[in-house]
Amino acid sequence: MEQPVTNVLIVGVGGQGIILASEILCEVALRAGYSVKKSEVHGMSQRGGVVTSQVRFGEKIYSPLIPEGEADIVLAFEEAEALRWAGWLGPRGTVIVNRLRLVPPGSFVTKTPYPDNVLETLQAKIPRVIGVDAVKLAQELGNPRMGNVLLLGVLSRFTPMSEDLWLQAVGQRVPKGTEQINLEAFARGRLLSEPKSAKQTRPASCSS
Amino acid sequence: MGSVTLLSGNEAIARGAYEFGVRLAAAYPGTPSTEILETLSRYPEIYSEWSPNERVAFEVCFGASLAGGRVLAAMKHVGLNVAADPFMTSSLTGINGGFVLVCADDPEMHSSQNEQDTRMYARFAKVPLLEPSDSQEAKDFVGQALEISEHFDTPVILRLTTRISHTKTPVRLGERQPVPEPVPRLNPKKYVMLPGNARPRHKKVYERLEALKTLSEESPLNRIEWGRKDLGIITSGIAYQYAREVVPWASFLKLGFPFPLPEDKIREFCSSMDRVLVIEELEPFLEEKVRLLGYPVEGKAYFPATGELTPEKVESGLVKANVLPLRSRTQNRFPEAPARPPVLCQGCPHRQIFYALKRLKATVMGDIGCYTLGALPPVNRMETCISMGASIATALGYEKVRGTSKGLVAIIGDSTFLHAGIPGLLDVAYNKGTFTTIILDNRTTAMTGGQDHPATGKTLSGESSRPVDLGGICKALGIERVRVVDPYDYKATYAVLKEEMNDGIPSVVITNRPCPLVEPTSWTTPYKVNMDLCDGCTLCLYVGCPAISLSDTERTEKGKPKAVIDVPACTGCEFCALLCQPDAILLDHGEKNEVRIPWNNP
Repeated sequence: MEQPVTNVLIVGVGGQGIILASEILCEVALRAGYSVKKSEVHGMSQRGGVVTSQVRFGEKIYSPLIPEGEADIVLAFEEAEALRWAGWLGPRGTVIVNRLRLVPPGSFVTKTPYPDNVLETLQAKIPRVIGVDAVKLAQELGNPRMGNVLLLGVLSRFTPMSEDLWLQAVGQRVPKGTEQINLEAFARGRLLSEPKSAKQTRPASCSS
Repeated sequence: MGSVTLLSGNEAIARGAYEFGVRLAAAYPGTPSTEILETLSRYPEIYSEWSPNERVAFEVCFGASLAGGRVLAAMKHVGLNVAADPFMTSSLTGINGGFVLVCADDPEMHSSQNEQDTRMYARFAKVPLLEPSDSQEAKDFVGQALEISEHFDTPVILRLTTRISHTKTPVRLGERQPVPEPVPRLNPKKYVMLPGNARPRHKKVYERLEALKTLSEESPLNRIEWGRKDLGIITSGIAYQYAREVVPWASFLKLGFPFPLPEDKIREFCSSMDRVLVIEELEPFLEEKVRLLGYPVEGKAYFPATGELTPEKVESGLVKANVLPLRSRTQNRFPEAPARPPVLCQGCPHRQIFYALKRLKATVMGDIGCYTLGALPPVNRMETCISMGASIATALGYEKVRGTSKGLVAIIGDSTFLHAGIPGLLDVAYNKGTFTTIILDNRTTAMTGGQDHPATGKTLSGESSRPVDLGGICKALGIERVRVVDPYDYKATYAVLKEEMNDGIPSVVITNRPCPLVEPTSWTTPYKVNMDLCDGCTLCLYVGCPAISLSDTERTEKGKPKAVIDVPACTGCEFCALLCQPDAILLDHGEKNEVRIPWNNP
C-alpha cells in the first residue's frame, strides 16, 4: 500500500514571489522528515504569464506532477488563477485565494473577460474557500511585498508541519534584513486561518 | 554521509561535476539547460564559460579533455544540432579526460522550436547515453558517465528533460573527489581525422559498442523491480516516475543506461511477463528496439509520441490498453479564466521596432529570442523563426527569388547574431543581398534570463572582458551601411527604418537600449494616466505593455473603463504616452518628457 502524499499547488502570475513561497514550503517539509518533490516550468512563463509550482511531500514520492483532481490545497496568489486551477483540487481540497485581481494586458483582445465574484463562484463548489487580502494586510504591517509570506502563514495551518519548523525556514529563506517583518507577516497569516476568522469580506482596496 | 538538500536536476548536474572532479565546463544558455552552468560558475575549482554557441562549447571541452581534464558540456536539445559536427566525429577520435555531454530535451516545447529526442543522437553517433529519473540520479550519473567515458574512450551523453531539469528532489551531497593532475595525451593518429586515420577509428567504434553492451547488461543503472507478472513496464527518465505513480503494482524494467540497450536483461524481463508495455517520452526509441528482439511489446499505440507525458496521459494510455478501468471523476468545472499569453516586458525596447515594422508593412524574417514574441498579437509581424541565426540567410534566399528587397528585413538579437548570425550576414555582403538586418542589441541573452555574451564585456565568472563591437563586425564582413538607433526615440527610429528598408542597399540597423530587466539603471520617471483626460479609447492597451491595464473602478461618462498604469512597474519608456490621443499619459508633474536623454553606451 502506498503511503499518503500531500499535494500543494501554488499558482499566480510571474513576479509574485511564488517560487520563494514554494521553496520555503519544501524546506519545511524536508526538515520535517518527508520526501519532497517540487516542479515548475521556467522560460516563457516569466513574461507576465501564469506561474505554477507543484509541491508534493510524503513518505515516498514518484511523480513530481500532481495528478489532476488530486491537489489537497490550491494556494492562489491571484483571483483569476484560483479559478483556472481550482479544478485540480480533490473532493476534500482547500483553496486559499489572495484577493488580488491582476487583469492581463491582453484580456480585452482575447474576449474572455476578467471574472467577477470569484470567491462566490469557488464557494459554490468547494467546501473550504479562504479569501485573504494579503496585500492590504501586509501593507498594514509595513510592506505590501510580504504578501507571499503572509499567505504561507495561512497555508501553514493546513500542513502537518510544526510552527517552529515553519518559522525557522521563513527566517532563513527570506532576504537578509527582512527576517523580522517576514516573521510578523507569517504570524499574521497563520492567525487568519484559525477556524473562526476563516472568511474575509472583500475590502474595496484589493482591486488592481 | 553528507547532508540531504533539495536540488533541481540542473543544480544536481552541477553538483555532480563538482564532486566528480570536473575541471572545465562550457555551454551556451538554452532552456531547460541554462542553470547547469549558472550553478557551476559558483565553484571556483571549475573553469566554466559561456561560449558563443554550443559547437564552440563542445570544442572547448574537447580540447580540455585532450589536455587530460574531466569536462562537461551542457546544451539544450537543439544546441546539439549546432554541436553535431564535432560531436559526431568525437565518437571516432575518443577522448582523454572524461567527457560528459549533458543535453536537456524539451518535450511539450515549453520554450523551444521543436521537441527532438536526443536518444536518437546516441544511436546515430554510437556513443553511450545515460538517463536519470530524479536529481539524485542526475548527480550520481555524472560520476558514472565520466568513468564510462574514460574507460571506454568515448564521450557520454547524459540526457535530461524539462521535468528532470526543473524538478527539485532530495539529493545527498558528497565531497569533491581528489582530482589527479591532468596528463595531456596528444596522438595525431587518434585525433587527426584524415581518412587514413579515421577508417580504423570507425572500426574501433563498433568494437567499443560491443563492450558497452556488456557493461549495460551488468550495470545497476538498468534494474528490474519485480512486481506482479501480468504487467511489465519498460521505461526510463521521468516516464518511470509517472508509471510507478499510476501502476505501483506492476513489474518495472527501469533503464538508466538505455543506449546501448541491455538486450539479455530485456529478454529476461519480457519472457517473465504476460504482457509488456513501453512507456517513454517522445520517440518509440526503446519500443522499436525491443520489438526487434522479437517481443511484441506495445507503447506508442497508447502513449503519445508528441508532447510531454503526465500522470494523466500515462493513466489514460493504460485505460486504452485495458490495463486500468476508466475512472469516473466528479471534477468541478469553473468558468474560463482569461489567458495570459507571454508579452514583451514593460519598457522592452523591441516594442517600438515591431510597431515601426508593422506601420511600414515590413516582411520580417525572424529569429530566436524574446523578440520572437513579435509574431504574436498585438503586432503580428514575423514570417519565420526556425533556428538560431536563420533570419539573415532566410531573408537573403527570399530576396533572391523574389527579385527585390523592398520592405524586407531580418531581425535578430545580439546574442543570437554572435551565436550563428555572422555567417549569414557575411553571405549577404558576399553575394550582394540588399535587405536590411536589424540587430536588437539589448546587451544580454534575455530570453534565458539574462546571461552575458561576448558583446557585454563580462564573462560567466563575472570578470570583465573586451566587448566585441557589433557594428565593427558588420563592417568587417562587408556591410558598409551600419546605423545605430535609440528605439525609445520612436520617430527617429521609424525614419531610419523607412529609409533603409527601401533604398536597395544592404544595411544593418543596431538598436542601443539595454533590456530594462537586466539593466534597471535604464529606467526613467514612470508615467501616470490623468483620469480627467483619459477617454477610454484603449489605444494604449494595444502597446501590449504589462504595466498598462483597464481600471476596475474608473469609468468614462459613457461607462467605458479607463486605462491605468501600474506605476512601480512602469520604466518610463514613453511609448504609450506617444500614442495617447488625448495626451492623458503624463509624468508626475503633468508633462511629457519632450526631449529624451539618449542612452549612453557604457
